[in-house]
Parts: sequence; C-alpha cells; structure tokens
Amino acid sequence: MSNQALPRPRFSAPEPEHGPSEHGSKAALKLETRTTPLLHGKVSEIPDAAFGWAMRLCGVAVVALLGLIVYQLVVGSQLSWHAFGWKFFGQSDWNPVEDQYGALPFIFGTIVSSLLSLVIAVPLSIGVAVFITEMCPVRLRGILSFTTELLAAIPSVVYGLWAIFVLVPVLRAYVQPFLATTLGWTGLFSGPPYGIGMLAAGVILAIMVIPIISSITREVLTVVPQHQREAVLALGATRWEMIRMGVLRNARAGIVGAIILGLGRALGETMAVTMVIGNRPEIAKSLFAPGYTMASVLANEFTEATGDLYLSALIEIGLALFFVTIIVNALARLMVWSVTRGQPARGIA
Amino acid sequence: MPETNTNSTAAAIPQIKVPQFSVPPISLRRRVMDHVMTGVSVLTVALVLLPLFAIFAYLVFKGIGSINLAFLTQTPKPVGEPGGGMANAIVGSMVILGIASLLGVPLGIGAGIFLSEYGRNRYGDIVRFVSDVLNGVPSIVIGIVAYGLVVMRQKHFSALAGGVALAIMMIPTIARTTEQMLLLVPQAIREASYGLGVSRWRTTLSITLRTATSGVITGVMLAFARVAGETAPLLFTAFGNQFWNWKTDQPTAALSLQIFTYAISPFDEWHRQAWAGALVLIVLIVGAVAAVRIAVKHGTLAGA
Amino acid sequence: MGVGITVEHLNAFYGKTQALFDINIVVAQNHATALIGPSGCGKSTFIRCLNRMHETIPEARVEGKVHIGDLSVYNGTSATQLRRRVGMVFQKPNPFPTMSIYDNVAAGLKLNGFRNRKQLDEVVHKSLHSSALWDEVKDHLHKKSGASLSGGQQQRLCIARALAVQPEVLLMDEPCSALDPISTGKIEELIFQLKEQYTIVIVTHNMQQAARVAEFTGFFLLGKMIEFDKTEKIFTNPSDKRTEDYVTGRFG
Repeated sequence: MSNQALPRPRFSAPEPEHGPSEHGSKAALKLETRTTPLLHGKVSEIPDAAFGWAMRLCGVAVVALLGLIVYQLVVGSQLSWHAFGWKFFGQSDWNPVEDQYGALPFIFGTIVSSLLSLVIAVPLSIGVAVFITEMCPVRLRGILSFTTELLAAIPSVVYGLWAIFVLVPVLRAYVQPFLATTLGWTGLFSGPPYGIGMLAAGVILAIMVIPIISSITREVLTVVPQHQREAVLALGATRWEMIRMGVLRNARAGIVGAIILGLGRALGETMAVTMVIGNRPEIAKSLFAPGYTMASVLANEFTEATGDLYLSALIEIGLALFFVTIIVNALARLMVWSVTRGQPARGIA
Repeated sequence: MPETNTNSTAAAIPQIKVPQFSVPPISLRRRVMDHVMTGVSVLTVALVLLPLFAIFAYLVFKGIGSINLAFLTQTPKPVGEPGGGMANAIVGSMVILGIASLLGVPLGIGAGIFLSEYGRNRYGDIVRFVSDVLNGVPSIVIGIVAYGLVVMRQKHFSALAGGVALAIMMIPTIARTTEQMLLLVPQAIREASYGLGVSRWRTTLSITLRTATSGVITGVMLAFARVAGETAPLLFTAFGNQFWNWKTDQPTAALSLQIFTYAISPFDEWHRQAWAGALVLIVLIVGAVAAVRIAVKHGTLAGA
Repeated sequence: MGVGITVEHLNAFYGKTQALFDINIVVAQNHATALIGPSGCGKSTFIRCLNRMHETIPEARVEGKVHIGDLSVYNGTSATQLRRRVGMVFQKPNPFPTMSIYDNVAAGLKLNGFRNRKQLDEVVHKSLHSSALWDEVKDHLHKKSGASLSGGQQQRLCIARALAVQPEVLLMDEPCSALDPISTGKIEELIFQLKEQYTIVIVTHNMQQAARVAEFTGFFLLGKMIEFDKTEKIFTNPSDKRTEDYVTGRFG
C-alpha cells in the first residue's frame, strides 16, 4: 500500500500526493483562487495596551475614592480633634454658642435607635424569610419576595414623610398610651407622649431594615442543603421542628450576619430618622423622649455651621460614623460569606 | 405446603406472631406548636406588608389630588400663597442625576470591566473588597466628602457637587454588577473572537460587553434607582433652590430635597405638596425598577 | 494557497506543569494533517500553540519555534496579526449570540475595521458557499441570529466565519465531536474541498475520521509526538509499537 520509494517523511515536507479525485470534482462547490487578503498591514499593540491601562485606572479610581473619603474626613476633623481629643466622644455638652462640643448624645441616640429597630425588625424579618423559603406555596414566592424588595426601593425621605403624618399620630394616640399603662413601670415608657421621639425613630428604622435582613436571611436559608431538612423530617419531626433544628440552626452564622448588615444600614440612615426623632441632643432613659443621632445632627446642622470648630466637630462625627459603619459592615459580610461561601452578594439596596 | 388434617383445629397450624408497629401519635403540644408557628410566620408577613400598603395607599390618597398641571410646571410660590409646584425640583433632579450618570456610569462600567477581564488576581480582589466597603458608607458621609471636594473649592453649592456625590454612590454598585454580568459570558465566545485575530480591547467591548449588555443595563438602572431617591448627600451639595436654575454651578432644587423641606415645615399647603412630590418620586423610581425586571425577563440575556 | 507549518523543539507549560515535550513537526501545505491520541495527550494544547491561543490561559507559556509559511509565530509577530492568517474552529460551535448570521460571518472583518459594504457582501457570500451553508441560510442572513441554527449548521457557520478572514491555515480542534453523524459527514466533505485552498490541521478523537479525511497523521501520547507519517502508514503499518497499540484499540 505505502509507496516504498517515498522518503521517510518524519521531519520533512513529503511529496504532495494527488488528492483523491473522485471527491474533488463536486461541481456545485467551486472555490475561487485566492486574491490578496483583505486584512493586511501591521497591527499595532498600542490600542490594546492603552485600553488595558485605562481599565486598570478605573479600578484604581475605586480604591482612590475610598482614600479620598478617608482623607477628607480626617483633614476636616483635625481642628476638633486637636481641641477635644478623645473626650469628644465622652462629653454630652453640645453647645455651638460657646464652641463646646461633645458627641455623646448622638452616639447614644444612634445606638439606641438602631438597637430598638433591630429588636422590632429581627423577629419580623426572620419570620418573613422562613415563610417565603419553607412554608410558602411556590407560586406565591416570587410575588412575596418582589414586594419585600419593593420596600427597599422606597426612598428614605418618603418613609420620613409617611412617618411624620401617619406613624407619629398613631403612636401618639394609641401605642404610646398603651405602652405607658402596660410597661410604664420599666421606666422606658415614661414622659409625655409626643409621638415624635426615639420610639418613632426605632419603628421607622425597623421598617427600613426589614428588607435587607429578610433578603439575606432568605439567601442563607436557601443555601442550607436539602438533606439536612430531610434528615430531621425522617426522625419524625413536625415542620416547625424541622425548620428550627434543620434549617435555622445551620444558618445561624448567616442570620447573625444578616442582622449585623441590617444594623450597618440602620446606623447610617439619615432622613427618616431626622424627621421623627425630635432632634434634641439629650440622653434620656425613656423611649418617648426625643433624641438625636449622628447622621441627624449632620443633616440638620452642617449647613448652619458657622465657625470652623463647629464644622470640624461635625466632620469628626461623620468620621466616627464612617468607621463604625465600615467595621460593622465588614463583620457582617464575613459572617454571611462564611455561610454562603462567597457566592456573589446581591446588590444591597 | 405441609399436609393438614382437615379435622385439626386452627391451633395445629403454626402461627407466626407478627409484631405490631405502633406509632405513638405526635403529642398535642408539638402539633399545636407547629400550627402556632405557622400562624406566627403568616402574621409576620402581614405585619411587614402592612406598612408597604399603608405607605402606597397614603401616597396615592394624599398625593393624587395635588398632582395637576400647575404642580408639574410651576415653581414654588412664596410661603402662605396657595398653588405653585415642583417643576424646578423635578427638572433639577434630572440635571443632578444626569451629571451623576455621566460621571458614575463610565467609571463604574470601566471598573467592572477591569474586575472581570483584568482583575482575576490579587489586585482585583483589593478593588472588589473596597467596592463592597464603599457600598456600605452612609450617604450623608458621602455628602460631606463631596462638600469638601467641590463646594469648598468653588465656594458655592451646585448641581455639580450633588452629581459628584451621587456618582460616588453609583460607582461601586455598577462595578460589581457589571463584573458579574461579564463573567457570565462564556469564555468560548471570547476565544472565538481572539481566534479571528480581533484585538483584546475590541473583543472586550464589541463582543464580551455586547453579549452582556442587557445585564449591564439592569445593573446601571438599579444603581440609578437607588440614588434617584437620595436626599442626604444633596443637603449640602445641591442645597436646594426655590427658583429655576439652569446653571450647574448654582444651588439647585431636587425633588427629594423639596419633599424634605416641605414635610418639616409648619405649613399645610406645603405638606400637601410634599405628598404629591413623594408620589411623583415613587412613581418614577418604582416604574424604573419594575420596567427593569420586566425587560430582563422578556429580553434575552443571549449567550448567558 | 495554504502554507506549510514548521515546528521546532516546542515545549508548552501550564504554570509548572509541562504539557508538551520537544515537538518537532513539518505540516505540509494544502494538505490535511490529523492529530490523534488519547484524552489529555496534548493535541489540543499543541494546536492552540500554533495560533498563540495557548497564551490566553493565565500562567501558560511556550518555548520553541514555530513558523507558519515565512512568518515566525513567537518571534516578533503580534498574536493578533498571526491569528488573521490562521483560522480556528473549536470543539463546541461558538457563534456570537447577539449577531445575525451575516454579522457572524463578517465579524472577523468588521471588528478589524473593514467597512466596505459591497466587499463584505461578497466575502460573506463566498465564505458561506465554501462552508456549504449558503443554500440553507441565504434567505435569513440578516434576520436569524447565529445561535438559532442547529448544531451542525452552527459549526459550518463557524467555519465560514473563520474562512471569511482568508487565512492560510485552518486549525480544527475536534470540530465534529459535538455533532451528529450526518453533520459530521457534511463537514468531512467540506474539509476535503477546503484542502485545495488551505492547510488544515485537525485534532480528532476519532481515528476513522483521521483515516477518512487526512493525508498525514501524527500520534500524540502524554505530551510527546510518537509518530508522524502518512495516514495510510500509521494505520496499516506503524513504526512504533505504541502507535500500533493505539490504532488497534488496545488502549485509548
């Protein structure tokens, strides 16, 4: 079969054989002889390199943004820092007239309003998440998750508007008197029921953080493997017992992460809180009393700040708020990541 | 089968005693608990949906009566006079959002392209981490930064400053969603393009980005919707304005700012207009979010 | 006319792992050369070294010399320029999903800046004829997307797309492995005709396909090229025992 006369074609170009002619004469397919190729000319490497650097620059810009934020805050707060040092965060005297600034009332207000909002929001969010992932008929799932996400799309100022004219009157007329009579002995619900105050801020904040906590909790619950649920059911558990032992227990870390993420959001929330908290820099035990948060004082007084020390004190509050939210958010993401193993986080509205 | 004597009694046939599996009934307490918790869950859903419906109901109820042509075309009247509108605020918002988009969208998409095409390494991880950190910064703090960057330099409030603040908020969101959409494009598509002798930058823009277009647009629209309702960063950047302003270097009105100012004022007339403004704002934002959801469902994310 | 390919002392690496060991080969112009061998033996890596696609994988590198015609692949030519002279068809058909059939075929030219509408029409027409797809799509050139065709049609579309750039060499990485026998037959017929214009290197898992389609065959094993000879000889009278074991089915 093989032509022995042909040299061993190991590493050299062999003699071209005539192609099998019976296949080559398909009349329908007439390949034309090649002309000079349409694409000739040297290809420059420059556009590629330039594009690569432009994209890298965009990436650098993101990091630079963070640096810019830190820089602006640190530089702006220098005056106040040199004037008060660490005592700034321990004093409660906020007196622009005498140029005396202490941030304690705002820190107190931020913490109390945020914690109060979590107390209300966490059971509700987990309940909603559990319902949607474990109990809900499949057809309803999409609608319910869409509507809870819709809550996240409402702007803060609209929440505030509704809170002023709807929530606060309800609190003043019904809720606060009720709380005063039933739980007044705790000291948390004393004083005149203005409606406006820490309680209102806590409630409206709760409504605003529910979407975040519930959507992350939903993700975390979905990731729990099906065999965990089946194992508990196989032991004869009721559905609620299965949820408690097979799902919630497994998702604990992630749920805590979701809660902390909600806390991060609550800490930085400005408009709705400003509109209902009363804006009085006082530390009080009662939840009926007006208060003031770090974000609110910035919103209210930044443009009124006459004098450099005043402005610097406000910027220092902004710096503190920045650091606190960064740390809280980083902690939260770490916990959520440990459960979902780095699946891309959905855009947190 | 052993032969049996038909006369024998049944006792002669060997009887195998079959053990009875008796399943103890689930205790009443556990069953009740199960039903109670189901009820509690339904209750939480109702409690969460209640404010949602209440807000929308009040918006429509209180706001719809005040939306008329005058509202949409006139500027605010002096305190005490009835009438007037928020036309300047609606336009002002559009100007500020336009500036924000011009600054934020290209940078955001560029950062997203960096993350997906050039950033599958340590440097990309740093940018990714910083991006997520930026997403969590309170919007009022961003307002402070824009104030220092633009307002202090220019010695006046401006739409530009407001646009800068909102752009800073848009960039991390757009970068992350763009990255995710680009990563969904199969590597085979890029290889097909390289195989044809198409340069890398051309491949990235005309093939990879083009394939992921609908997803990238979704991400941009969601970032847009998020900043469209923001008030805090505008408080000391755009500052607000009761009159028309066509220059980008003067204080500018914005819908969200106007709602805030009117809501905390003591005038009933302004309260009425605040509701109307809020309704307009919500309609625009929710409309955008819903439109994006529908477009993504019906449009093809071809190639993904 | 196609050109010949000369490969000297080619070594390829994925990071620290070496995938190809000292490959030396001369591919004849205007002929079809098949590369066979068991899975993971380096045939795909080899073929991707010929048009520098191997480097698109992070941490991959190549040592050695490759000449395509008079062009030195690894010394001085930009990868982009090289790939305009060497076309590639991949294992799984990958038409551009957002583009119509016309745009798919014209993509190589349009994306490289070529704009002349009339000439583009001509090239698309010729390429679709060359890949025997014209009759099936001539009525929907602009309306149907590339991804709406059947598997065999998509692969022929990819061939037309590769041909539109007028390369001199056509590299095919298991082009028929994802297709049904009828489509495979059509594409094998195509390769027969394309040989007259192009140099074809085809990686295949299917020994019978190599025997049907190629004049020359190279047998790869564990990153080394064991034997390279005329197809007839490889299949009827191979020199190396390992080749014989593979083609007779003792392993693989």
